[in-house]
Amino acid sequence: MNSTFTPVFEAYSWEETAQKIYSTTPQQVQQSLHKSDRNIDDFLRLLSPAAKPMLEGMAQLSHQITTRRFGKNIQLYAPLYLSNECQNICTYCGFSMDNKLPRRTLTSSEIQIEAQALQAMGFQHVLLVTGESNHTVGTPYFLQAVEQLRSLFAQIAIEVQPLDREDYSALHEAKVNGVMVYQETYHREVYKTYHPKGKKSNFRYRLETPDRIGQAGMHKIGLGVLLGLEDWRVDSFFTALHIDYLQKKYWQTKYSVSFPRLRPATGIVEPNFVMRDDDLLQLICAYRIWNPDLEISLSTREHPVFRDHIIPLGVTAMSAGSKTNPGGYVIAPESLEQFEISDERSPAAIAALIAKKGYQPVWKDWQIEY
Amino acid sequence: MNQLTIADRTFQSRFFMGTGKFGSPQLMRDALVASGSELVTVALKRIGLHIEDDDILSYINLDQMQLLPNTSGARTAKEAVLAAQLAREAMQTNWIKLEIHPDPKYLMPDPIETLLACEELAKQGFVVLPYIHADPVLCKRLEEVGTAAVMPLGSPIGSNQGLKTLEFLSIIIEQSQVPVIVDAGIGSPSDACKAMEIGADAVLINTAVAVSNDPVAIAQAFAKAIESGRLAYETGINNSEAKAIGSSPLTEFLTQSYSS
Repeated sequence: MNSTFTPVFEAYSWEETAQKIYSTTPQQVQQSLHKSDRNIDDFLRLLSPAAKPMLEGMAQLSHQITTRRFGKNIQLYAPLYLSNECQNICTYCGFSMDNKLPRRTLTSSEIQIEAQALQAMGFQHVLLVTGESNHTVGTPYFLQAVEQLRSLFAQIAIEVQPLDREDYSALHEAKVNGVMVYQETYHREVYKTYHPKGKKSNFRYRLETPDRIGQAGMHKIGLGVLLGLEDWRVDSFFTALHIDYLQKKYWQTKYSVSFPRLRPATGIVEPNFVMRDDDLLQLICAYRIWNPDLEISLSTREHPVFRDHIIPLGVTAMSAGSKTNPGGYVIAPESLEQFEISDERSPAAIAALIAKKGYQPVWKDWQIEY
Repeated sequence: MNQLTIADRTFQSRFFMGTGKFGSPQLMRDALVASGSELVTVALKRIGLHIEDDDILSYINLDQMQLLPNTSGARTAKEAVLAAQLAREAMQTNWIKLEIHPDPKYLMPDPIETLLACEELAKQGFVVLPYIHADPVLCKRLEEVGTAAVMPLGSPIGSNQGLKTLEFLSIIIEQSQVPVIVDAGIGSPSDACKAMEIGADAVLINTAVAVSNDPVAIAQAFAKAIESGRLAYETGINNSEAKAIGSSPLTEFLTQSYSS
């Protein structure tokens, strides 16, 4: 029970994985596409450059599989940024400690105002987001926020700093439904250069975070990498490997994957590895074809045109009208955001768009008591 | 054809429907009407009574329809019992489809938690319809604790694989003293027809209708198949034979005269 992902991860090397991806042949991709049950090696083939010419067929297959498993439904959620205080230096992030910007952590009454604004827009699923500032914004703060928000929302998830198992147990009991934690990159050496300081510089503690969440019995774990830091193909293979391991071990938990693509933010560098729209579509289809049960979430980082067309192709959840600054909905709409969002349309407009595509926008798909 | 009775309610239609996965609530409503169904299951987790636009209940004709709230999302007996109580309040019915599937991948029902929850809910006066694996012994145990019906699966939820559990469904039907509703996995009208032919009291269908290109047309097709299968069951179907039997080769000698 106490074993972790680390030994599984260490059995692979970054370079050999990259080599396998880039030497995949079109015939191998075809074989993987024609199977009925696929494994992690099929996923590797489906995200290879050799699969790119088969993208149309992959999109059709992804659509079919998603429809059967999830129906014609898209869940809607919104992030609620509680704090931008952060003691980490992440060279790509707007909230990085060395960025000079006014720091703010919402008080209980401010949380209430922001939450009511989200509720008024129709949201029932909320994602609480913070930086990493363990003394002021730790588990006691999260528990208080969750306690307060439980009567307003049907589903509460968090995207905060990695915590200990006991913290996750307490949050699970407080009825937090899911935890999102992104490895940023699975390239150990590169990880060090992007995260030179702060608790986040501990690669292994972060890598084993989903294990601690799983041990705590959380309903959902969300994984992802920051697309643009390293080669997205290799990083995504390791993400899938991680999900594959977790799914077998913590079998009562659901898994979701997100695609934070590097976007402009104050003080950051340009992406090292550019991921194009056709790359992102290929990745989404590869995930779906490999894993029919995986929840796939797409944020407002993405362009409206891309978001419009991706609806039937594999995603199951979308955010809408997001603000990525604490107080961004009501309290302090002018403050600096973590990253610039691309799709600024209102939640109502996104819901209408989803309906126009023949899909049902789903605001509530959980019961806080579970 | 005979009417179906569950607890205190009789049904003309043996086609029960689910409400998930539809492209819009309007489509769901149209399919429901086309199906002629009189019982519809709704997940408690999808009900937001204070949100006008998302209130799928407003698309269901509650005068003609038995609402069957379900506990989808619950992983334990404790959560399911709480969900049933919330559902009773929200939907004003003591009927409950007990769904406890802790495995989010194949949504396989947990037999142990289901039995515990069924016992508790029956004691509290609920009309309990549990979603279970096609396990004949579990069905008898559920009867003993007061279940109103049993809902064994044909194959995994949403899989459209048909009646993979056919032999076990037959055993359940043969032994059951409560109605048997085949739930989950029915992908085509012929699957539904087969379930009715072997004596199921009803079938519950969702995915095969909801994600069809034409939910209204396929709902009608299912309704006809279900009616045909039931009529055939009530009429009695002659057993099939592997080969034609024209004479009596083994006993023909009895018709011949011979002397000993």
